[in-house]
Parts: sequence; structure tokens; C-alpha cells
Amino acid sequence: MTTTATILIRPEGQVADEWTSVATAADLSLVEGPAIVPFDAIDAALAERRNAPLGVHLPNHVAPDAVEPYLTQVALVSVAFPAFSDGRGFSLAKRIRRAGFTGRLRATGPLIADQFADALACGFDEVALPEAVATRQPAEQWVEARSIVRDHYQSGYEGGASILEQRRAAAAAKAEGSHA
Amino acid sequence: MYRYDEFDERFVRDRVRQFRSQVERRLDGSLSDDEFKPLRLKNGLYLQLHAYMLRVAVPYGTLDSRQLRQLALIAEKYDKGYAHFTTRQNLQYNWPKLKDVPDILDLLADVEMHAIQTSGNCIRNVTSDQFAGVAKDEVEDPRVTAELIRQWSSLHPEFVWLPRKFKIAVTGAGHDRAAIKVHDIGIRILRHPETNEVGYEIVVGGGLGRTPMIGKVVRSFLPKAELLAYLEAILRVYNAEGRRDNKFKARVKILVHETGEEEFRARVEAEYAKLNGPTVNAPEGEVERIAAYFAPPAYETLPERSEALEAARASDPALDRFVEQNGFAHKVPGYIALTVSLKGIGEVPGDMTDAQMRAFADIAERYSMDELRVTHSQNLVLPHVKLDEVAEVYAALKANGLATANAGLITDIIACPGLDYCALATAKSIPIAQAISKTFADDDRQREIGELPIKISGCINACGHHHVGAIGILGLEKSGVENYQITVGGDASENAALGERVGPGIDADQVPGAVEALVSVYLRERQGSERFVDTVRRAGLDPFKAGFQAFVSGAGQEAAE
Repeated sequence: MTTTATILIRPEGQVADEWTSVATAADLSLVEGPAIVPFDAIDAALAERRNAPLGVHLPNHVAPDAVEPYLTQVALVSVAFPAFSDGRGFSLAKRIRRAGFTGRLRATGPLIADQFADALACGFDEVALPEAVATRQPAEQWVEARSIVRDHYQSGYEGGASILEQRRAAAAAKAEGSHA
Repeated sequence: MYRYDEFDERFVRDRVRQFRSQVERRLDGSLSDDEFKPLRLKNGLYLQLHAYMLRVAVPYGTLDSRQLRQLALIAEKYDKGYAHFTTRQNLQYNWPKLKDVPDILDLLADVEMHAIQTSGNCIRNVTSDQFAGVAKDEVEDPRVTAELIRQWSSLHPEFVWLPRKFKIAVTGAGHDRAAIKVHDIGIRILRHPETNEVGYEIVVGGGLGRTPMIGKVVRSFLPKAELLAYLEAILRVYNAEGRRDNKFKARVKILVHETGEEEFRARVEAEYAKLNGPTVNAPEGEVERIAAYFAPPAYETLPERSEALEAARASDPALDRFVEQNGFAHKVPGYIALTVSLKGIGEVPGDMTDAQMRAFADIAERYSMDELRVTHSQNLVLPHVKLDEVAEVYAALKANGLATANAGLITDIIACPGLDYCALATAKSIPIAQAISKTFADDDRQREIGELPIKISGCINACGHHHVGAIGILGLEKSGVENYQITVGGDASENAALGERVGPGIDADQVPGAVEALVSVYLRERQGSERFVDTVRRAGLDPFKAGFQAFVSGAGQEAAE
């Protein structure tokens, strides 16, 4: 069953988590509703053919090619962040989205509020945060920290038009105006 | 020069507010010390031996007078009346207080400056050729590319938590003054040999530190428009696969080395093939928008030769010597670029007082089209001086103690802060630089020796770039005593080479004598107009080893007597 208590944070704030993490496919029979299994249990879990939604929890060093075949078969992908300073999960998220995954993408681990905007930009929908970190950094801090820096220079990430794209749009609008 | 638009301005202000919030959340306990540390580092704030140190970004080493005056104000108000220029074209304050840092960042933002990513495991301030836009052998001004990279790398959502720091340098000239082969990514602007199209050569995996390596060419020609997508591919491979188990093996040079050049290239190209380039690259018009800021300034049409300067040089040997040594040929007739040495005899390399900064700002404003540059050898440059006004500039520099005619000579020494400031240092480096400088203080002697860059690091992390010094000096600690290893033959240019040891480590007080011994070998062995490094290359290490050994034995004997 769940090893550590976590708090789920989404852009709108803290929300209830209807997903339960289990350690093995056999444990699936112990829970009702949506469940997340470790990557090494995904084949067995799929073979169970449960009716409830299935999610998979990935180590951050997994090869993206190894994950791809499962992306159409799960409703949630959780990416492990063993430490907030280990940024591999950001690139993995980007690659999972690029492979066409449209379900829920979750960052699981002791991230910090200052990484919320980046996590969302790389394609995550939510962060499952250990309770101990959430006690110091409640959801309100995450929501606030996320919006301090309002723009980003990088194109091709979530979160609206980049500064470079906004400049181009402004220049185009100006050119349009001068023709009118 | 680049100027912020409303987006850049808002971004930098937001970043200051973000840091202010981070400091507040550290003070109220929301952020632990371990969590706050990388956040402050990513904003250039170190905790050093005696105090905090704030490293301010000088993107690609370009400043105007307004910015330098503001840096002087900060030095006066929040430091001890001076600042220190670094080997990465940045500027450091060694004595700010934590509570003052957000205010300092506001003052920087007032003049379109910041301290974003001057430290931490992220993409650092991008560096370039100090003679960008000036050099005759330039394909294109590298600062346009450098500014595009500055923007792209600032608070990148995916690449802020890399395995280790990541340094990018850009050169647009045939002669490499940006040391691109010893950077994590080195970018050379060149023309395609067949189509003449301007593009990039991409070098990855160079670096100094404890495992020095020369970078490998990963792409020999990249079309200009594809730059950001290609950088994203390299960084993604590194972020996903770079080692995180050992910080000493975490730089991209180790990944390239352990993966193998071919395999690394294949992985980058595979990633590049998968990503959607057009959604990542700079939109059409953006590069042109940036380039417009770097359009050549309004030069006057002047004769190639200045009679006024020739006459002044004929009557003042010191001026003549200054122009000969510190002048750099400008691509526009009637102009010259002048290197302004921050290496006066016995001074701390790279240090400048607030008064000197203000005086220099006035000189740059009046005589150099309001522009100045910071070099990676810890000097400054006046990039656009009229030949007719060189004598006036020289007089003004001299009045402020800034007219040392030693650019590139043996007393133009690069030194890291070393044990005087740095928490990582294992030995002093500034006093070693000062001692060597005093030993070779005589102008004629320096001139006779010619170009000889000495580079000193106070620990194995190599901030003083000792591996690429013609003479490199590395300070270590050996059973409680500072011990110095000497190398020769290092070169940071397009002929990049790593120096080799001439013998066992020596004591601090032996270093100036050892350098003298190596210099005498050079003077004895050199042929024609060979520079020190050329002689090492031709004659090999042996004569230098022998000369060094003879000095060490002699010094040992003296001590025994």
C-alpha cells in the first residue's frame, strides 16, 4: 500500500487524491478505484484487466522507449523525483508528452514550490508531495510561487506563448495596423 | 548594444521578486537550508570563507557606462569600495549582506542587469570574444547568438536542475578568443565551405576542472535557424543521462568521454530527429531584431593612419609602448580597440575600485561610443577608440592607474580568488600572482619575453584555467602546506592544448624562481619570433623539465647550506 502520506497539488491548489499506490500487481485486489503500480509490475497489472483506471510509477532513469508501449494503456503516469535537485524527471515528462501521452502526468517526490511552474511547463499536471514537505510548503505557497515569474523565453513548453512568440505577434499586429 | 524591451524588463523584475520571496520563505522556515542553497546559487549568491559573495552576470562581457557606474555605486554602498572581474567575464562582490541582496538585484535591474544563473547546476552566463564586432577576422558578431542563448537559457523550465554546471561560449572569429574548446558547449560561427551560408560548428564536452578535456565536434555545420532546437537536444541528452552519482564525474565532458564521441553524437542526433524543431527555434524575425541592436555604431570616415597619434607616440615612449602592447587592430580605419589591464604590478588581478570604475565609465562614454568589454583574462577593453584620441585616452587612463602596458605579457596573470576568499580553495593564488608580477616588473624584460599567459588556480576546480596557461600554476594542499604544481604548453585558442607538468610540486616561495627558470629555458631555446608556447611545442617538454629540475635542486641546496 502507500508507503508515505502525500498531498496532491494542482494549479488550482490542494486536491483530494483518488489514486492509491500499490507495491505489486497482487496488491491491486486490496484496493478499489484507480491504482498506481510500479513500472516493474505494469505487465502483471495490465493482465489483471481491472475495471478501475490504472496508473504506472516510473523511476526517472527509465528509457523512454521502454515506456512508450504502455502510454496508451494507462490513465496516469507518475514520475519519481528522488530529490528536488534531480532534474531528470523534467526531461522524462517532456519525452512522455512528446510520445503522445494525454492522460494525467504526475511528479511524485519532495519537489519544492519554486519548481511548480517548471513542472507544469514540462507537461506535468500535478505534484504528489510528501506530507513533511507540504507541512512547510503548503499548497498556497505553490500557487503563489508558480505565478511570480509571469513569462518565459522558451518556445515549445506549456504555459502559453513564449516571450519570443509574443514579440513576433506584437510585431505582426503592428505591421497589420500600419497597413490599415 | 542589446537593450531590454518590455518583456526582458518585466522578466528581470519578476526574477528579483521571486528571489525576495525565496529569501523570505527561507527566513520563515518554509524552505530548508538545503532547499534554499541551490536557489540562492542560481541567483549568483555564494557563501564564502568570510561572507556572502554575489556574482553579477555581464552577458558576453559587454557593458555601457551607465551600467559600470551602477556597479561602482553598488561597490561603494554594499561592498568595501571595489569589485572583482572574473575569468568568465562576470563581476563579483565579495562582501554583500544577505538582507541587502534583493536591493542590489533591484539596482542591477535598473540598468538591465541581473545575477541569473551565474552559479548552480544550470546553464551559466554565456561568454564570448571580447573583440566581438571589432575583429577583422570575424564572420559575424557572436553577441547576437550569445544574446539569443542568454534569453533561451534564462529560467529554462527543463534545464535548471542539471547534473552539474553548464557553460556555453560563442566565437565568430577565426582566432578563438573565447576558449570554445574548453567549454561544455563551444559554438563557432563559420561559413559553409561550399554554399558560403553562415552557420555553426558545435563542440561539446570540453572543460577544465579536475579532468581537463578538449571538446569534440558534434556537428560540423548547423544551419543558424536550428540553433535552439539543437541545443535543446544536447541538453536533454545530458540532463537525462549525465552522471549524478558523483559530482566530480557529472560534467558533460565525462558523459561524452564515457559514452564515446560517436555514440554521444548518435544520441544527440536521435533526440534532435525526434523533437519538433520549428516549435523550439527562435521565430522568424527574432534573430534580426536582436541583431539590429548590434549593428555597427556610427563610425566616422577616418584615414587609416593618424598623424596626431604618430606624433604623440614619437614624443612619448610610454604611450608608444602602451599602444604597441595593448592596442588591437580595429576593422574600421582610423579606430583601435585598447585593452585596459587590471594587472598593475603587484595588484590583485581583476580588482577595480569604485573610483576607477567611475573614471573608466567616463572614458568609455566619451571615447569609446559608450561601450566597454570585460575579457576572460580579467581585463577591460575600450572597443572603439579613434586613433586621433588615443593620446587623450592614455592620459586619462594613466591618471587613474589604468595604463599598465602588459596585455598578454608575463605579468598579465589570470588568478582565481583562491584561499583569500574562496571556500573551495586549497591554496592561495592572488599572492602568487603578485609575487610573480613583482619579479617580472621590469618593462624591458617583459617585452623581451613577449606573449606569455600565466594562469593560476588555487584548487583543482581550475577557475584560474591553469590547464590552458602557457605556464599554469595549480595550488594544492600537501600535509598542511601549500604546494604548487607547474605546467607548460597550455593554450586556450583554436589550437587548444592542455599544459603538462614539468616536475614535482614546489613551495609558494619557490614559484617566482621556478617561473624565471622556465623563462630562461625559453629564451635560450626559442627560434625566431616563437612565443613561449610555440617553443614548448617545437622543443618539447624535456628542456623545460631539465631547467625546472635544476632550479629545484639548486633551491634545495641553498636551503641546506
